[in-house]
Amino acid sequence: MDLTVIWAFIIAFAVFAYVVMDGFDLGIGILFPTFAPGRQRDRAMNAIAPVWDGNETWLVLGGGGLFAAFPLAYAVILPATYPLIIAMLLGLVFRGVAFEYRWRDPGHQKFWDLAFTGGSLIAALAQGMTLGALLQGIEVEGRAYAGSWWDWLTPYTLLTGLGTVAGYALLGSTWLIWKLDGAEQAHARRLAIGWGAATIVLMGAVSLYNITLNPEYAARWLSAPEIYWVAPVPILTAITALSLLHAIRTERNSKPFWLGIALFFLGMSGLGVTIWPYAVPEALTIWDAAAPPRSQAFMLVGVALTMPLIIGYTAWAYWVFRGKVADEGYH
Amino acid sequence: MPDNLDALLLARIQFAFTVSFHFFFPAFSIGLASYLAVLEGLWLKTGKAVYLDLFKYWLKIFAIAFAMGVVSGIVMSYQFGTNWAVFSDKAGPVIGPLMAYEVLTAFFLEAGFLGVMLFGMEKVGKKLHFAATLMVALGTFVSAFWILSANSWMQTPAGHVLGANGQFLPGESWIEIIFNPSFPYRLVHTVMAAYLTTAFVVGAVGAWHLLKDRANPHARKMFSMAMWMAAIVTPAQILAGDMHGLNTLEHQPAKVMAMEGHYQSHPEGAPLILFGIPDSEARTVRYAVEIPKASSLILKHDPDAPLAGLDTIPDDEEPPVGMVFWAFRIMVGLGFAMLGIGLWSLWARWRGRLYDSPWLHRVAVLMGPSGFAAVLAGWITTEVGRQPYVIYGVLRTADAASPLDAPAVAASLLAFILVYFAVFGIGVVYILKLMAKAPKVGEYGVKRGDVGPIRTAGITPGPTQNPLGSETLPTEAPGEREPA
Repeated sequence: MDLTVIWAFIIAFAVFAYVVMDGFDLGIGILFPTFAPGRQRDRAMNAIAPVWDGNETWLVLGGGGLFAAFPLAYAVILPATYPLIIAMLLGLVFRGVAFEYRWRDPGHQKFWDLAFTGGSLIAALAQGMTLGALLQGIEVEGRAYAGSWWDWLTPYTLLTGLGTVAGYALLGSTWLIWKLDGAEQAHARRLAIGWGAATIVLMGAVSLYNITLNPEYAARWLSAPEIYWVAPVPILTAITALSLLHAIRTERNSKPFWLGIALFFLGMSGLGVTIWPYAVPEALTIWDAAAPPRSQAFMLVGVALTMPLIIGYTAWAYWVFRGKVADEGYH
Repeated sequence: MPDNLDALLLARIQFAFTVSFHFFFPAFSIGLASYLAVLEGLWLKTGKAVYLDLFKYWLKIFAIAFAMGVVSGIVMSYQFGTNWAVFSDKAGPVIGPLMAYEVLTAFFLEAGFLGVMLFGMEKVGKKLHFAATLMVALGTFVSAFWILSANSWMQTPAGHVLGANGQFLPGESWIEIIFNPSFPYRLVHTVMAAYLTTAFVVGAVGAWHLLKDRANPHARKMFSMAMWMAAIVTPAQILAGDMHGLNTLEHQPAKVMAMEGHYQSHPEGAPLILFGIPDSEARTVRYAVEIPKASSLILKHDPDAPLAGLDTIPDDEEPPVGMVFWAFRIMVGLGFAMLGIGLWSLWARWRGRLYDSPWLHRVAVLMGPSGFAAVLAGWITTEVGRQPYVIYGVLRTADAASPLDAPAVAASLLAFILVYFAVFGIGVVYILKLMAKAPKVGEYGVKRGDVGPIRTAGITPGPTQNPLGSETLPTEAPGEREPA
């Protein structure tokens, strides 16, 4: 396997780690207004307070890694989605400080709760739309983005944006099923059913849209012999979706959350199948966009040394916070 | 690309704004991390409670500054791509890995040792906690190492080859890229600047509390330590700055010409222009107050040595003179003001009046932000001074920008300005509130009810969220204390 493929998988892993881990943080932010001010909101936020920052750091690794390993893709995708990226960054700033400021400044708690939800919603929507903008194709001329600054806004990207918001809300609510009990858990369960159904419908819609988007995508999924290789993805997705809806109704602990992650994993695998081997569909393959082997090899040493430590430490931090959120607020 | 000139200018302003805002926080936290390590080390060595109290006092401030640095740093890691796409494409193979190493280092630091440092003294014991503090101090330094290496490569590129696709590619040795010619000088100069920035903040806080109560033992201790730093590090920094300048003369002569205001060549020894108003139209410095031949003496160690001026540089390769000239003088002026404080404090100390010199304390309070101003002026000198290039001599800034429309960049710039001033303004207010309280015996650590963000950094949970942990860092039993 060549270095470029290894790096494609490292970036994919960082993006996946970010999407599921910060996904449930952002999802809880999106669902925040449905919880009653006071104890309910405090518990919901405390379910992610210890881990959200570590989760967010994967975004830096994804961005930094893309810059280093696939500089041309970084240089094409970011200008093409400029307003989305800026909106996401500013949304994350508000979301991040809201964790602190809502406790420090009770007089303005309503405002910071709004910033928490608004920041989360904008970040989630922007991330989903960025994904959509990438999948629908980016106009490239030479080695640069050649479109206008509104190309990313289409019905398709709105659909992927909404799908991501729904998916994050699903992850957030299943995380709360796991971490809470009593009335809040019942509330999270109701949310998870609705958002789970919405996620499944939107995933289906995006998948169908993908096939119409581009004949190459259609060929990837619908023609023999590829179909035999890729058929397990939709089949497993359907099975996972049904198990998820069942688990949300019946389980009291982590099972709905893990099934939600499985759904995301299958969705991302599907996207991987769809765009492989492109970094920017139809314009740049991962090899077109790749940094030279000397750069990729140099960084791989660093990743090999630090990644196990990072993963180990993250796992430990989650372990420390296992179990339900204590009834008494942390503050 | 003259048709895109506005978008280019806006993109430059946006980068300058976000990076300046960001750098305030690391400039402070690099020095503060080391100061915390020194305090904890002295506490372990001497057992004097005053060091532990000061450690806990500054730890709370450190947590906020570090968090602000993280939040504003995330923006930087995307801005190369959003606004400087051509640069990212061309330089990515060389710069990207250096930045990736910074991310991995910072990531590991943030995830691991910071949490232990902030919250873990009881859990891991004194020695291990001290080790964590040392690792955080080391981590901030390693972070600076990689970022300054990347920046220095853009100032004095080395060790690369030009690829057929127009990219800069790493050559035979990464060592040559990492340790490019200006890097060692920039690293030393920047890290010492961070130490001085912190020293003057600590000194100002100490002086402020001395003005209110000159018997306060904590204020005395921190003021004394800060003044030692001012007296010792400032001369070293001036020396390092001089050496950095000589290095710049060798590799980026046009920058030095702009710093000196030398529009014309001086074949028989160049004067040192202390003050004056550069007039780029008339190619002269008006109302110049100058010392004959002193510039040649400083830069060439020979008063009669010829020095070339900007007349030897093609017009389209000249940096803007006014901004570089002024920023350089502000930096140097502040440097000598810092030296003055250091000497004043030595004199007061020798007379035994270090804690009874209200005027010294007042001036020290006034000088509290001087490090930040000097650091910013220094960066303006070096960054504007290397224009019109983004990678010196090989890639022009005007050719490096993303193909964006001006309204897009204008909108994002406005959004950054509004959000940064609001959000980080609040953070700075929190820091100032903490500083306004005098440190006291049995100072508490990071805990419940503190103002300011403590959860914005580190995935190790604070005790406030930690069901297994306790509320505070330990305070010793009264018997262990000795009068400070």
